[in-house]
Amino acid sequence: MVNIAGDRPVEAGMTSEVRAHHGLSWISLGLWLLGVGPLLILVVLVGVIAALTPDFLKPGNIANIVSQTAVIAIVAVGQHLVILTRGIDLSVGANLALATVIGGLVYRQVDSAFLVMLAMVLAGGAVGAINGIAYVFGRLPHPFIITLAMLSICRGLALELAIGHTTMRGMPDAIAVIGGASSFGIPNSFFIVFGVALLIFVMAKAMVWGRWTYSVGGQPDAALRMGIPVKGVLISTYVISGLCAGIGAVVLAGRTEAASPLYGNLLELDTIAAVIIGGASFLGGRGHIGHALVGAMMIGVIRNALNLLGVDVFFQMIAIGLIIVIAVEADVLRNHLEGRARVLQAARVS
Amino acid sequence: MTATRSNPVLAIRNAEKQFGAVHALKGVSLEAHRGEVLALLGDNGAGKSTLVKCISGVHGLDAGQIFLEGEKVSLPSPAAARRAGIETVYQDLALFDNLTPAQNFYCGREIAFPSWLPAGLRFLSSRKMDREAAAVLERLKVKLPKLESPVALMSGGQRQAIAVARASVFARKLVILDEPTAALGLRESRKVLDLVAQLRVEGNAVILITHNMEHVLELADRAVVLRQGRKVGELKPDRNNQQQLVSLIVGAES
Repeated sequence: MVNIAGDRPVEAGMTSEVRAHHGLSWISLGLWLLGVGPLLILVVLVGVIAALTPDFLKPGNIANIVSQTAVIAIVAVGQHLVILTRGIDLSVGANLALATVIGGLVYRQVDSAFLVMLAMVLAGGAVGAINGIAYVFGRLPHPFIITLAMLSICRGLALELAIGHTTMRGMPDAIAVIGGASSFGIPNSFFIVFGVALLIFVMAKAMVWGRWTYSVGGQPDAALRMGIPVKGVLISTYVISGLCAGIGAVVLAGRTEAASPLYGNLLELDTIAAVIIGGASFLGGRGHIGHALVGAMMIGVIRNALNLLGVDVFFQMIAIGLIIVIAVEADVLRNHLEGRARVLQAARVS
Repeated sequence: MTATRSNPVLAIRNAEKQFGAVHALKGVSLEAHRGEVLALLGDNGAGKSTLVKCISGVHGLDAGQIFLEGEKVSLPSPAAARRAGIETVYQDLALFDNLTPAQNFYCGREIAFPSWLPAGLRFLSSRKMDREAAAVLERLKVKLPKLESPVALMSGGQRQAIAVARASVFARKLVILDEPTAALGLRESRKVLDLVAQLRVEGNAVILITHNMEHVLELADRAVVLRQGRKVGELKPDRNNQQQLVSLIVGAES
């Protein structure tokens, strides 16, 4: 009985090994293409649009895209951490609106850019903390419902606090500079995106916290058995997502020099779309900061291009929806290929 | 019965565990020694998994004691059991698909600096972890296609080999293997069994749960049989008492 394991017909072994080897090379290529796919698509997209409309690559328009995409990018960076742990944060848009309103109220009391910014960022972080704590300690099966509830609560609270105003004009000068002005010809909001992304990148890739985040997303039960503080990790991702919404609020309020309870409408969908079309897995555990940024850029470029081409705004929504479908199918394909790779590995004589 | 050539690494005395109306463990005692593979046998529902979960900190005992190298211990969590030097390889959820073998090795006990920061905020010594994991895999003769790709791309046998290798590195006292070959083909089972034998050579105490009699005969130095939560037998398995072992498991004593 035991010997059978060792003895195999040599010829059959060879051919199956060779076949397995070929299969694995193809699968590696496929997985590599899926990995760089979003970036590739973005580059092709930019090339095609540049050929169609000469206005597209003008510095003014590029700066325009960057500043319009900055808010999506910043908030998507937070969203990608939540999605990494198999979660979702539907409250980010309403959270951002509430943060701008709170900032606007603070501005009415004191003309301090620092205090207004602090209020916005902390308000965002506080909403994130409520999301995370309610999700983890409320023993909810999925964060969908709690963040949906927070979407409603934040939007309602923002409207209530703004007392009937749809816009609260005025922001401290420093915030207007952060959100609206440029340095060295580059919009300042770009530097905010860069800074936030760099910080999260370091945390996710170089710090123990990041490794824990990936393991919680990869196998929550195993993470618990490995002694990883799963609850703390989950809460931290929602807090960071909220903080990012707060930072997004600073940028948006700065660019428009106003606060509004109507800001960030459908931002949750834009950021989730950005993370997914950027190439992160909706199933958790797979993804990095580049995915969020590439996805946000893609959304920004498509919107801008369709505007330049004079395409109807409704069609923009359809286009982004179609890209989401493609991205999700690519994720399914990736899982399928990995499954094939496992089988072929087992078939290999090692 | 037991040849007590050394003090047991693990000793369990009169373990009791009840889940509601189900009395899963009824006064079970057993010992595990260094350099020895102890097979834990029994039909489904005999209490093997419950016993193992109590040793690895997943469940607490209702009554009875656990001794590690003569010292009475309590193991309130899996993390506490691992800190005490007990590593468990589960049949499933052994590994993180999205992490590389080295990242899997050190998950939850990353080598990181500086030590004055809270654990989560430290910086990973990735290169050191990669190097050491590679050295261990080399020593245990685990062959993997690529050390830097996630284990999602590896076969069941390769993954189980990584899990066993990981357990062997961190187990200072005991490795528990819960049906390590259940999901594997013949050739891949072979590799994992070789690895289990290697664990014994390296002086670990090994507890092996399996339904495969061939594996028991080949590897186990001693077998403990559970039935309906009770220990019903303990013997040194060989070809001659194989039949006796089977009847102990199914409860058909003559």
